[in-house]
Amino acid sequence: MKIRAQIGMVLNLDKCIGCHTCSVTCKNVWTSRDGIEYAWFNNVETKPGVGYPKDWENQDKWQGGWVRKANGKLEPRQGGRLKILANIFANPNLPAIDEYYEPFTYDYEHLQNAPEMITPPTARPVSVLTGKKMDKIEWGPNWEDDLGGEFSKRSKDALFEGIQKEMYSAFENTFMMYLPRLCEHCLNPACVASCPSGSIYKREDDGIVLIDQDKCRGWRMCVSGCPYKKIYYNWTTGKAEKCIFCYPRIEAGQPTVCSETCVGRIRYLGVLLYDADKIEAAASVEDPKSLYEAQLGVFLDPHSSTVQEEARKQGIPEAWLTAAQKSPVYKMAMEWKVAFPLHPEYRTLPMVWYIPPLSPIQSAMENGLIGENGIIPDVKDLRIPIRYLANLLTAGKEEPVVKALETMVAMRRYMRAKSIRKQADPATLKGTHLKPAQVEEMYQVMAIANYEDRFVIPSSHKEMVENTFDDKASCGFTFGNGCSGGTSEPSLFGKKKATPIVFHDMRRDRKANTGSKS
Amino acid sequence: MDYLHQFVFGIYPYIALAIFLLGSLVRFEREQYSWKSESSQLLHRGSLRLGNILFHVGIIGLFFGHAVGLLTPVAVWDALGVTHSFKQAFAMTAGGIMGSLCLIGVLILLGRRLGNERLAANTTWRDKLVLLWILATLVLGLSTIAVSARHMDGHEMVLLMSWAQHVVTFRGDAASFIADASPLFKAHLFMGMSLFVIFPFTRLVHVWSGFGAVGYLGRSWQLVRPRR
Repeated sequence: MKIRAQIGMVLNLDKCIGCHTCSVTCKNVWTSRDGIEYAWFNNVETKPGVGYPKDWENQDKWQGGWVRKANGKLEPRQGGRLKILANIFANPNLPAIDEYYEPFTYDYEHLQNAPEMITPPTARPVSVLTGKKMDKIEWGPNWEDDLGGEFSKRSKDALFEGIQKEMYSAFENTFMMYLPRLCEHCLNPACVASCPSGSIYKREDDGIVLIDQDKCRGWRMCVSGCPYKKIYYNWTTGKAEKCIFCYPRIEAGQPTVCSETCVGRIRYLGVLLYDADKIEAAASVEDPKSLYEAQLGVFLDPHSSTVQEEARKQGIPEAWLTAAQKSPVYKMAMEWKVAFPLHPEYRTLPMVWYIPPLSPIQSAMENGLIGENGIIPDVKDLRIPIRYLANLLTAGKEEPVVKALETMVAMRRYMRAKSIRKQADPATLKGTHLKPAQVEEMYQVMAIANYEDRFVIPSSHKEMVENTFDDKASCGFTFGNGCSGGTSEPSLFGKKKATPIVFHDMRRDRKANTGSKS
Repeated sequence: MDYLHQFVFGIYPYIALAIFLLGSLVRFEREQYSWKSESSQLLHRGSLRLGNILFHVGIIGLFFGHAVGLLTPVAVWDALGVTHSFKQAFAMTAGGIMGSLCLIGVLILLGRRLGNERLAANTTWRDKLVLLWILATLVLGLSTIAVSARHMDGHEMVLLMSWAQHVVTFRGDAASFIADASPLFKAHLFMGMSLFVIFPFTRLVHVWSGFGAVGYLGRSWQLVRPRR
């Protein structure tokens, strides 16, 4: 048993309102730089839709994730090591930037400089790639927001697999949900496996997957290897970049920026203990529908004394063991079984999990539109087809999703009765596996969602591995080259690729205003 | 043998090699963040797949062809029973094929780079320098085939081999072997040596990493870094 700990995340889609606050705060902190302006480490998609980049879930097209070969071994879908190396000169599976969108700004200056004209001046879009005016913006990172666009285009969504989708084009039958997405910090990451330079790695202590910017050579195999398309190629630095799970914050015991700023309080962060020796077997089970359960089998019970003893022996700090016992992620994934991995069929064993959305079911039921068939209405009565959610979260296996939704409906019924009639009625839990105490706890964590219940993050014990005194007055976290504060000055070995003409003035201004030479 | 000849073919090879090796080392040590292939595939694919594969297959073939052809001692070929005229014919054929592949590739890449709006806007002078330098070296190299075809006895080839072998074995008389070589050969040699000079200052450094990436074939799929 090789015990490792990871900070996992759960997103309660039942409460996501699609406000994009997570995306915007993340962008402001991490990706408001040249060359990565088109990338959203966190983005929120409206489903059904093809998403960002277009059609990312269609692995027949993009070849992301893993496949299980006839001999039971796993191999990246884009090919074995030799094939990956052979494709190094031109990656056949790399999405072009237009699959994300052509980054643009607007010619705001024209609004002030325009001469007197008959019609009011407009700020035309300007391509960041060429510096030239664009006729029309054709696509963006949330082009399909709130079901924008025609059904015929949106319904190319891979999640409609096995569903008669035509009926959902009718207004009365339409449905939607939000899906915030970020790097999954997988237990079996396909990006790490695809990198010929070995620049991507998983951190042993907290499971965060990072790209060593110095070692990255820009072979871009990770971009196609990641089935979630959450690795982005920075076209000015020539290096791959990805969500870093706000590791400087996590190390200090603080939640990620996307979690901290979530106005719907849908995000949870907590420790999961897992057995690294079981990863390979769990990722290579034959039936994709068993992958969800297989991944559950990799996690270890933090309350078990044998696990605790072994973990201590292997050097996991006491604070992490305590945090693992209080972990909201463990509760939702393992104890209550309401959270699920995103696309387990990619065999990456993702560590950002999702609670399926419930609301449309509940309101229809309360309006008397649905006959009570046990605790949960017939599958055909649900606004979001169960199969659709199952295609997203359990490789198409419906039972676990149904059970999770059932649990959530029961929680609502119980708590509704309790707050309206001022008296708990255990009868409302009849026919379920739930006990009043568990429902109360679920309600506290999932509905009230206090800060301290959502984020149980032990700070990293850096003092055990480094002498912090030596770091006194050293540079903190920077982009670019070492301590240079984000800009690499031209050197003998070149400088950053010229940024398009649109931003030249801006950069000059920035330099002039700060008055610094760097 | 005039002074210029002695300098270019007797001294300059060492200057070029020194800049190549030390420059690469310094850049790897000090500026690794700038060490990359600088792929432009994300911005525009176009005919990259065709052009880039032709180019790389060609130039890797040329690299190893030159290395083996120039640096294997004559005695080894003689022991193997390879006649000089056969070796020359083989070198001309293989070099001609690889050179043509590379030439087609580099022309496609140049067309793509300069013909596309996005790429043209994001191409640095260093990128252009590399492509044009390789193109010029390549055209000179291919045109030496015509020179070689005039005397198929392998004599001039052996002189070129002697030059290269005397350079790498630090014998001072290397330049004298090619004093009477065709100006085309001399121009090709100069351009080729200068490619090593610009190497550390351009994207060419990714060649090191390309060879280094072969280590990937024996690597485990997953990499986990312990705390340090």
